[in-house]
Amino acid sequence: MMNEKALKHPMTKDIKDLPDNLNGDWRNKLMRWETLLMVFVAIVFFTNTQISPYFLDPWSLSDATFNFTEKAIIALPMALLIIARDIDLSVASTIALASVAMGFANTMGAGPVELALVGMAVGTVAGFINGWIITKFDIPAIVVTIGTMSLYRGIAYIVLGDDVYRSYPSDFAFFGQGYVWGILSFEFALFLGLAVVFGILLHKTTFGRRVYVIGNNPTAALFSGINVKRHRLFLFTLVGLFAGIAAVLLTSRIGSTRPSIAMGWELEVITMVVLGGVNILGGAGSIVGVFIAVFLMGLVTFGMGLMNVPGIVMSIFTGLLLILVIGTPIIWRRAMTARKMRSKTGE
Amino acid sequence: MKNTSLLGKMISHREWLLGAIIVLMLMGVGYTAPFFVTPSNLAEAFDDTSILIMLACAQMLVILTRCIDLSVASNIAFTGMCVALFNVAYPDTPALVTLIMSIGIGVVLGAFNGILVWLVGIPSIVVTLGTMSVYRGFVFLISGGEWVNAHEMTPQFLALPRATFLDLTVLSWIAIAVTLALFVFTRFTKTGLSIFAVGGNPKAAVYSGLNVGKYQFITFCISGAVAGMCGYLWVSRYAVAYVEVAMAFELQVVAACVIGGISIAGGIGTIWGAALGAIFLGLIKNALPVIGISPFWQLAISGLVIVLAVIINSRSEKRDGRRILREAHQ
Repeated sequence: MMNEKALKHPMTKDIKDLPDNLNGDWRNKLMRWETLLMVFVAIVFFTNTQISPYFLDPWSLSDATFNFTEKAIIALPMALLIIARDIDLSVASTIALASVAMGFANTMGAGPVELALVGMAVGTVAGFINGWIITKFDIPAIVVTIGTMSLYRGIAYIVLGDDVYRSYPSDFAFFGQGYVWGILSFEFALFLGLAVVFGILLHKTTFGRRVYVIGNNPTAALFSGINVKRHRLFLFTLVGLFAGIAAVLLTSRIGSTRPSIAMGWELEVITMVVLGGVNILGGAGSIVGVFIAVFLMGLVTFGMGLMNVPGIVMSIFTGLLLILVIGTPIIWRRAMTARKMRSKTGE
Repeated sequence: MKNTSLLGKMISHREWLLGAIIVLMLMGVGYTAPFFVTPSNLAEAFDDTSILIMLACAQMLVILTRCIDLSVASNIAFTGMCVALFNVAYPDTPALVTLIMSIGIGVVLGAFNGILVWLVGIPSIVVTLGTMSVYRGFVFLISGGEWVNAHEMTPQFLALPRATFLDLTVLSWIAIAVTLALFVFTRFTKTGLSIFAVGGNPKAAVYSGLNVGKYQFITFCISGAVAGMCGYLWVSRYAVAYVEVAMAFELQVVAACVIGGISIAGGIGTIWGAALGAIFLGLIKNALPVIGISPFWQLAISGLVIVLAVIINSRSEKRDGRRILREAHQ
C-alpha cells in the first residue's frame, strides 16, 4: 500500500522530480517513455528490413501508413480525453454512424465536400451527445460510451441492415486515396498536420494545461476556476468530430459502407494512446509519445503482414503489448521506490 | 430522502421496478402474440438467456470491487474450443468431466486477469482489454482457424445442456443453481460480504484488515470459472466451436449489470438485479421477432436501454465518476 501512495505522489521536494518537467538531466531524458518507444521503433524497423526486401520500398511504406492513419487521427483527441480522466469507447460506432449518414447523403445526391461535411457533423453530434449525458448527469464515461457504442452502431444497422452503400462519387475518393506530394498521401499529411496542432494545443496552450489539471485533480481544477464540465464536454465533442473525420477518410478509402465498418477500432485507438505513455488513470501523457506509438504499432502490424501472420494472431501481440507496456513501468517504479526508501533508511 | 409510500418503495428498489417492467413487457408482447407467453415458449426464451444470466451475476461481483472483466466472451470462445477439441480427441470423456474441465480452464484464465490486477496493479480495464484480444487469438492458435462442427462432437457432449428436467433444460437449471449459489455467496458468506466492503470503500476496507486486491482476484476467478463453464455450455448448445464464438458478448454482460442497477463505481448491486437485467435483455432479443421488428433493431434498443438505465441510476446514487479506472488499493 505504501508503494501505491509513493507512486501516486512522488516525493516532489525537488522541482526536477515533478512529472511534467522537461528540463531534467540527461539521465531523466534517457529514461523517458518516448525515448524507450523510439528504441522499440528502431528495433522493429531494423527487424522489418531484415525479414523482407519489400519493406524499404518508399511506396510500400507509404501504403503501410493507410492501415493506421485513420485510427491515429482519432488517437490524438483521445489522448487529451484520457489525460482529462475520461474515455470514449464509442468512437468506432461513431464511425459506422457517420459513414452510414454519408452513404445516405450520397443517395440524396450530395457532392464530395457535402459528404465530408455530413460525416464530420454526424461525428460531432455523436460526440456531443456522449459528453452532454456524461457531464449533465455526472455518470462515468465508460458506461455511457458502452451504451452509445451499441446505440450508434445499432442505428447504423437499423438504417442499413445487411445492405451496403456503394457508388460514391469519384471525386470523393481523394480524401482516402489521394496523394498531395509524391508518395505523401492526403490522409497521412492530414495526420502529420493535426499531430503538430495537437502537440501545440496540449503542451503550449492554457487549454492544454487545464486538461492536465482536470486529469490530475478535477476538484482542485474546479476550485481554481476551471469550468471542468465545459472542458470535458468540449473534449468529447472533439473526439466525436475526429471520429467523423476518420469516417470520411475510411469511407473514401474503401469506397463502401457497411454497418460493421471499423468494428473493434476503439480498442486499437485506446491501445495506441496508452502505448504512447498516456496514463489510463488520467493526468499524464504527451502527444509526442502517442505519435511514436502510432508508428510503432503501424510498423509492427506491417512487419507481421509481410510475414503473413494472420490478423487474429496480431491481436495476441497487441493485447500482450498493452499489458506489458502498462505493467512494466508500474513494476519498475515500484522497484525504484523500494530502492529509494531503502537507501533513505540506510542514511 | 426516505420514501415511505408503496410506489416510492417500488421505484427505489430497482429490482422491483425492473421486475414490473419485465412483467409489463411480457403482457404487452403476449397481447399481440399470445403464443409467446405459453410456458413452453417462455422456457425456451429462458434457456436462450441462461448463459447471459450466469455471466451477468459473475460480472456483478467483479464490478462490485470497482473492476470490470471484458475478457469473458474470449474466455467462452477459448474454453469452448478447448473442450470441443478435447472431445474430438477423447470421445469417451463423460459430459460431467468436460464440464469440470471447462470450469478449470476458465478459472486459470480468470486468475491470470486477477493476478495482473492484484499483484501487478494494472487497472482491470486495461488488463481485460488486453486478455480479451489475447484469449481470442489463442482460440485461433489451438484450432488453426478450423471449425469443430456438430458431427465431430459426441452425443453425450451435446446432450448435457439440452436434457430436460421438470420442463426446463439442464442449462436453465444450471443458470438457476449458479444464480442461487452466488446469491447465498454474496449474502451469507464472509468473503461475499467482504466483496461489498472492498468495493464500497476500499480505504475503509484496508483499515479493517481486508486485502482489497485479494478480493478482486477472487471475483476474477469466479468470473473466469463461470465464463469457462459457459464456454462448454455455449459450444454444446449451439453445437459448433469457432474463433468468433460469443464475439462482443462481454458488452451484453456489462449491459445486463448496468440495467440491473449495479453501480459501475463499485459496492452497490444485488444478484437479483444482475439476473433481471439479463432477463430483460433476453426478453427484448426473443420478443422483437415475435412482434415483427427486425432483429437489426436489437443493438440500438439495448444501447438506448443502457443509456437510460445509467441516467436513472445516476439519480439514485451520486458518486465520483470513473472509479473503475482508478486503482482501488489506496
